[in-house]
Amino acid sequence: MTATQNEESRLAIRELDVHFATDGGDVHAVDGVSLEVAPGEILAIVGESGSGKSVTARSVLGLLPETAEASGAVIVSGTDLVGLSQAQLRAMRGEDVSMIFQEPSSAMNPVFPIWWQLGEGLRAHRPKITKKEIRAEAITALESVGIPDAAERIDRYPHEFSGGQKQRIMIAMALTLGAELIVADEPTTALDVTVQAEILGLLRDIRERTGTSIIVITHNMGVVADLADSVAVMFQGQIIERAGVRELFANPREEYTQKLLAAVPHLGRNSAWTALEPAQQEALTAAEPVVVAKDLVIEYPGRMGKPAFRAVKGVDFEIRAGEVYGLVGESGSGKTTIGRAIAGLERTTGGSLSVLGHEMNGMREKAFKPLRRRIGFVFQDPATSFNPHLTIEQCIAEPLVVHEQQLTPAERGKRVRDLLEAVELPGRYAERYPHELSGGQRQRISLARALVLEPELLVADEPTSALDVSVQATVLDLFRELQTRLGFAALFISHDLAVVDSLAHRIGVLFRGDLVEDGHGPDVLQRPTHEYTRKLIASLPVPDPVEQEKRRAAFQAEWGSGTPG
Amino acid sequence: MTSVLETEVEDAPRRSRKRAPGGGLGRYILVRFLLIIPTIFILMTMVFFLMRITGDPLTAALGGRLTPAQLAERRAEAGYDRPLIVQYFDYLGGVLRGDFGTTYSDNTPVSEVLTTYGAATFELVMYALVVALLLGVPLGMIAARTRDRWPDAVLRIIAILGYATPVFFVGLLLKLVFSVGLGWLPVAGRLSTEGQISMSTILNPTPFFLLDALRLGDMELLGDVVRHAILPAVALGILTGGIFLRLVRTNMIGTQDMQYIESARSRGVAERRLTTRHALRPALIPIITVMGMQVALMLGGAVLTETTFEWNGLGYMLAEYMKARDYVAVQGIVMMLAVIVAVSNFVVDVVAALIDPRVRY
Repeated sequence: MTATQNEESRLAIRELDVHFATDGGDVHAVDGVSLEVAPGEILAIVGESGSGKSVTARSVLGLLPETAEASGAVIVSGTDLVGLSQAQLRAMRGEDVSMIFQEPSSAMNPVFPIWWQLGEGLRAHRPKITKKEIRAEAITALESVGIPDAAERIDRYPHEFSGGQKQRIMIAMALTLGAELIVADEPTTALDVTVQAEILGLLRDIRERTGTSIIVITHNMGVVADLADSVAVMFQGQIIERAGVRELFANPREEYTQKLLAAVPHLGRNSAWTALEPAQQEALTAAEPVVVAKDLVIEYPGRMGKPAFRAVKGVDFEIRAGEVYGLVGESGSGKTTIGRAIAGLERTTGGSLSVLGHEMNGMREKAFKPLRRRIGFVFQDPATSFNPHLTIEQCIAEPLVVHEQQLTPAERGKRVRDLLEAVELPGRYAERYPHELSGGQRQRISLARALVLEPELLVADEPTSALDVSVQATVLDLFRELQTRLGFAALFISHDLAVVDSLAHRIGVLFRGDLVEDGHGPDVLQRPTHEYTRKLIASLPVPDPVEQEKRRAAFQAEWGSGTPG
Repeated sequence: MTSVLETEVEDAPRRSRKRAPGGGLGRYILVRFLLIIPTIFILMTMVFFLMRITGDPLTAALGGRLTPAQLAERRAEAGYDRPLIVQYFDYLGGVLRGDFGTTYSDNTPVSEVLTTYGAATFELVMYALVVALLLGVPLGMIAARTRDRWPDAVLRIIAILGYATPVFFVGLLLKLVFSVGLGWLPVAGRLSTEGQISMSTILNPTPFFLLDALRLGDMELLGDVVRHAILPAVALGILTGGIFLRLVRTNMIGTQDMQYIESARSRGVAERRLTTRHALRPALIPIITVMGMQVALMLGGAVLTETTFEWNGLGYMLAEYMKARDYVAVQGIVMMLAVIVAVSNFVVDVVAALIDPRVRY
């Protein structure tokens, strides 16, 4: 295999196979993948977790774990990486190809200042470089990604920057050595939507300025529609479809691609409120409230003489019986705090919060205990919200053991099996342990556990944000169906406006502890009153490249491209 | 208006935290330092009352050897018949003036016992710490880098042997080989007889032998001091070094799997540098914390080493005074150890803060 035949492409992968030797036997992670990336092209690789998209991307930098065995060819700038020595690979990394990671907070070393970390890449390739030169390059690099006061801030540590700024700095680090190919592994997944729009703008801007090719790995079809020129869909280690972005969204060829696209919630297309009959809407509006917050304040005490942190600053809202209330906001907006307060997991410090007729402000644990059984809670991360030593049956039955001691083990077992059926899992799963299940299955179990006592109120804190799109869609369907059937009221917390709109009858938008919107889905989406809501709606990429291009133009006209001129 | 929103979203939580360089750190150190005072006070109070649960020191030391009448007389003389609370404040007042009382068994001021023997222990622990660090940190890093391969397996076994073998056994073994067998090193003590004679010529002696030998500039004496220190330091150092090895290995493995290591690797940083610079410093934070506790334990728990090598340190003397039921001395020594633990914790906190910028605000 010679490099000359691919001179016009920046990256050429030919028949790449990657195997992992694991305790459970050989895993064939990448199976005969071939693709090319042209100079200045942005290619999106999409697929579920385990589809091989991350392994493919990492092989472009030769960053595979020791247990991996790769064959085929990965040709970057005319050199085949497969079979190169570690030293040869190191010489290429950063110089010819570099990488941006999903979680900027964990991709930076917490104990070194920014300039030092940025300089490590320079030092690896230019051993003679001086500290002064490194600092000068660091300032230029930070300025080029739009970090203000770069000269002063290169001495700061990662924790002194916001998530969006950290990702900008990561991008700066990837660019300092002039790599013409960047692999971005879910670069915006950990960011708030408004920040995501800015980072996507920056990546696009970099491509325009420097002609860098970018491979972006993502499961967010909105991001694909916004950023990519072309798309490769991966499934079980193979590329099953490769097309231009417009072509793919307009005419998906493969059934799997069609399914993937159908699973993406599209903002404003399927509002849960609009789906209701007028009579149902009236019934909901007239229903008794189960949660009433009046001027609710929640503060966290400051550490060592610091002032208290006000997470929720006087919020009013109501959740009626049988209603799904969707709470949206960026990280740190106070949405999780409110959810936890309703479930009695957080103390309120001011105003009033009435849950199922009980005042929560100043509530004592003993008085709250009988209420607990009437409230279910679904946690965000299904991987950590189960005791790994309990079987699924024990996990689901736990609330019964606590609150319904009169039940015999046989009766409990039956309840568990009924619930498993309700969440569409086979009864034999009862004997399994949480780690034997996939993320989506665990989140179903989570739902089952929250519903086992037939609560009147369910608090779900970002229940689907750790899941793949297609899995998310099925869990959301399940949630919708169970809610309709059982009629519980719910507080559904999410950072994803499209998800919330497809599920919630009312939407509240939180912005730094203030509730800036409160209304039915279509009202909030079409007539937002607060500027933050407008920005939130505008920055959410829709899974349609044509429409997204217009939205992006509108967003940039109002809020700029997020990069320095 | 639009730009206001944008910069706020990005910057707002950080801007308020703008700090003068070192200001956060200075404040942190000050608060930690002030916290030592109540800690020591509480420890002092606890030691005092715990000692009094079994009666007063005089009865403990002399009970049974004197008639009850004589004992009562002596107790009145020493003030032990006063209410406990009065004695407590009396004791506190004494401590503030640097007066810890006088031992019964050899009629020495406790403060003198503390400086003389405390310095000996301190010297021993510092030597042992050097040995432990030289053994534990590099070997731990090697074990982490060769995780689950044979060098790692061998090192782990060595570490277990190091900290699982009782220190007196290792000490005896070392003595048997290097002193009795090879005759390279002295069997016990801190100085030879000639060394003691040379040492006695010094004016204003400090309790630290190494320091005094250096001040005298007497190379022979210095050699004598060092030769005596080697075996005890190695015996205690092997024990602690084994613990350090495991500690460094575990924490290095933890940080080596962090994404920021992969991130630096993706920019071409060499493996060796990833281990020695990028992974080491974050790993040091938990390591320093445990090491500080280990040092505190060593200072209090060097009894066995000191006894094995007849090293007249605090641990050795504590055992002696306990045998003599001299509770004034015991109380003073326990106090001293408590202070050492509190101060070690402070030092650990400060070092951790210097390494980890996130602790400082």
